[in-house]
Amino acid sequence: MDSGIIEKLCRIVGEEGVLRTPEDLAAYSYDGTFAEGVPGAVVLPETTEQTSEIVKLGAQARIPLIARGMGSGLAAGSVPIGGGSIIVCFTRMNRILEIDEENATVRAQAGVVTADLQAEVEKRGLFYPPDPSSIRHSTIGGNIACNAGGPRCLKYGVTANYLLGLTVVLADGRVLKTGGKPIKDVTGYSLTSLFASSEGTLGLITEALLRLLARPLHVRTAMAEFDSLADASRTVNAILTGGIVPATLELMDRTAIVCIEEAMHLGLATDAEAILIIEADGSDESAVVREIEAVGRIARESGARAVKVAQNGEERDGLWKARRSAGSALARRAPNKLGEDITVPRSAIPDVIARLRAISARNGLPIVIFGHAGDGNLHPNILFDKRDPEQWRKVETMMGEIFEAALSLGGTLSGEHGIGVLKRPYFRQAVGPVSYDVQRRIKQSLDPLNILNPGKIFEEWE
Amino acid sequence: MELEKPQESSYLYCIRCGLCLAVCPTYREYLKETTSPRGRVALTRKGLEGKLELSPNLFEQMYGCFACMACNDVCPVGIRPADLALSMRQVEEQKHPKRWKQIVFKGLLSKAGRLELATLPLRLYEKLGVRRLVYWLRLDRLLPDRIRDLEAMLPRIPQRPLRRVLPEITEAHGEARYRVGYFLGCAQSLLFAEQSAATLRVLARNGCTVITPKEIECCGMPARGYGRMDLVRSQAMRNIAAFERRDVDVIVTDCATCGSMLKEYDSLFRDDPEWKERAAAFRSKVRDVSEFLAEIPLEKPSGRIESRVTYHDPCHLRRAQKVWREPRKILSLIDGLEFVELPEADWCCGSAGSQLITHYETSKKVLDRKLDHIEETGADTVASGCPGCRMQLETGLKRRGKPVRVVHPVALLDEAYGGVDGQRNH
Ligand SMILES: Cc1cc2nc3c(=O)[nH]c(=O)nc-3n(C[C@H](O)[C@H](O)[C@H](O)COP(=O)(O)OP(=O)(O)OC[C@H]3O[C@@H](n4cnc5c(N)ncnc54)[C@H](O)[C@@H]3O)c2cc1C
Ligand code: SF4
Ligand code: SF4
Repeated sequence: MDSGIIEKLCRIVGEEGVLRTPEDLAAYSYDGTFAEGVPGAVVLPETTEQTSEIVKLGAQARIPLIARGMGSGLAAGSVPIGGGSIIVCFTRMNRILEIDEENATVRAQAGVVTADLQAEVEKRGLFYPPDPSSIRHSTIGGNIACNAGGPRCLKYGVTANYLLGLTVVLADGRVLKTGGKPIKDVTGYSLTSLFASSEGTLGLITEALLRLLARPLHVRTAMAEFDSLADASRTVNAILTGGIVPATLELMDRTAIVCIEEAMHLGLATDAEAILIIEADGSDESAVVREIEAVGRIARESGARAVKVAQNGEERDGLWKARRSAGSALARRAPNKLGEDITVPRSAIPDVIARLRAISARNGLPIVIFGHAGDGNLHPNILFDKRDPEQWRKVETMMGEIFEAALSLGGTLSGEHGIGVLKRPYFRQAVGPVSYDVQRRIKQSLDPLNILNPGKIFEEWE
Repeated sequence: MELEKPQESSYLYCIRCGLCLAVCPTYREYLKETTSPRGRVALTRKGLEGKLELSPNLFEQMYGCFACMACNDVCPVGIRPADLALSMRQVEEQKHPKRWKQIVFKGLLSKAGRLELATLPLRLYEKLGVRRLVYWLRLDRLLPDRIRDLEAMLPRIPQRPLRRVLPEITEAHGEARYRVGYFLGCAQSLLFAEQSAATLRVLARNGCTVITPKEIECCGMPARGYGRMDLVRSQAMRNIAAFERRDVDVIVTDCATCGSMLKEYDSLFRDDPEWKERAAAFRSKVRDVSEFLAEIPLEKPSGRIESRVTYHDPCHLRRAQKVWREPRKILSLIDGLEFVELPEADWCCGSAGSQLITHYETSKKVLDRKLDHIEETGADTVASGCPGCRMQLETGLKRRGKPVRVVHPVALLDEAYGGVDGQRNH
């Protein structure tokens, strides 16, 4: 990177906040995927003002700016493509600015780790529900930019449902403040929502005002084991149509179970074809207990061979630790894995699972399935070795077939991870030409120079 | 010569999920990828694949690692970033051998006698009361922070190393039920002689005949930390041989670091037909003192300790040896003692071998967080089974002017048994 630019960056954030050794740049060349691209420099701002100065500099010199949180993204959204870009990494903007107990809101900088924010508000009896599996290694800013969700979003919704307001640095360096503490707000367009799932392409989020709930006092977690994946997926529907809305309803297939067990030694049933993890929560203990018992009954009626309820906090933590490491544990089976996150209407879950199995059999590469079955969001993971070009070709075919299956069942490409680079080729088809055109116009009007995370979401640019 | 380097399988399967960032003390301090486990794995991979130069700065990132092993524990894939960082130090050492390491690790550390000689000035300093004078005149205030910390970190050096004082055989009190070999580590012998004497009293009291071979060498951890695996192996061979000659049931150490190194001896000789089995036999006998005490029936101490006590998990005990319930169990035997769990008890204290000397700033920040937690508990005593951690914690607490005592958990047990007097009256 041009030494004049580096010098100016140093003037904005100080020497310590500008990284430029080859080692630093190599460490910022990836996210949670296999994609790679080396930035020209990395800058770590600590305030909105510094961020604004950085963007002004970028706009002046026409340098691509790539927002980054903790780099746990699964769409290569924070990986630079093309050379000469600056990564703007928010991990040092990690202060919780205000917890307002009366209005149940929290104001935090973009780089706060989501689990830290959760723990902090829970100390005061409050509750921030969004719980991506990456909760301990992703940031609030990244969660907003990808509209992250997790197991609990079945009952509680995704990140966007908790956004009350944002501070965003726009592509010309101006600072936009949206929203506020009132829960209702129809003064003009909902600009706050615009930035949810914007993947760093519309502005750099520096602060967020989030809505909180009262912390549920009672939780019960059950695990149901099945001898057939089809029975497990039918159980999901039986529970939900039975009028019960558990907090979570998670599915794992056999390969996922075996990999997790190898990694964590929790005593999971490695001979089961599928496991469901179901959690009920609420403020009335007897209601919660009744709910989890009803869930157990329905599961057994739909073919579960065993249903176990966690007896204490330790057992429950174990189950969630297991579930959270599912995606990563698969890497024990192959050097690479490609985790998709298609979403289908939940009635179509048995169908989509059957199709995924067929795709795997036809192409000869394993597909492991786990995910948030309750909301129809599945993570089919293809296991492969990227060094083998033959396998990589197959992966590309399979990705197309998986998306095809999801779309034809009325689903979408991505429930959580976003488009980034990896799903770009399928984006237009998924949303249709009109939506694609509207979205591109939004991008053009907010970032006419195309300096904010260029090359992401949209395949071509003119 | 072929480079001894990490195998491809030890880094290739890292999927960069980032889970390990959440537990890494050096990441938490700097909040940058370069000082994270995932970053260290990526640099290793790129370096060894020829995509990045094996530069001094690349190796510096490997030395920046505290070897706390939290990342090893959390990685669902089975990648061991902490081990990779150590192996990369070894790669550097093969490429650019450093003479000072030869002197320190081969010359000084390998012969216990020589180390004693080298610390003689320190012992004199203690003996002549210079140290007290320095404190009394507040001369230490004039020293730069770093040197002041190092000075303060040295526990009061005993006038004679324990190795010299200790008999080779300490008889069991009453019926001798176990023949225990005691691995007397350098730090324990030189700096914490009193606490090690306490270990011996506790063992003897509980039916152990304790044999302390005097010709043992350094366990090998310092040399390993600086990438000299050749020296580690030769030190290991001599230690294995020394205990073979004694024919003991178990080999006990009260130093977490020595213990974790001794438990790795088998893996040092995996491809060595001559030493493989001897090392495995040695390894199978090694126990941390708290681990061994938890295995045998213990006499209930009659004394009380009216103290609020918390426990800091040394990485070399909890991560490396999975020993963490045992020391807590020992503390629970003592009447009057009120145990409070330390928040983040299993996070590194920042001592990490010689990190305090070479990575002063990071070490200090990591320590500060630990000290805050200790203060939160309101404890008047912190127990910990590692001399390195104890020095680090003592320095920090002293700097903050906190009258908190730092001890080995077994030394507390000894105290409840009545210490030296208890032994006499037993
Ligand atoms: C093991 C694992 C489990 C996961 N589980 C889930 C899950 O359950 N649910 C889920 O939804 N996701 C999950 N993810 C994906 C990922 O963690 C989320 O997308 C997360 O929100 C990314 O946050 P981050 O801070 O790591 O952002 P990064 O990966 O650094 O960036 C992600 C995107 O957000 C943009 N961005 C980051 N910060 C800002 C900002 N301040 N302003 C503007 N744009 C910004 C980046 O440009 C990029 O496009 C998982 C990932 C892993 C590795
Ligand atoms: S070392 Fe393990 S935990 Fe860390 S990024 Fe790699 S796979 Fe994930
Ligand atoms: S050993 Fe500790 S300091 Fe080193 S990379 Fe792992 S977690 Fe970080």
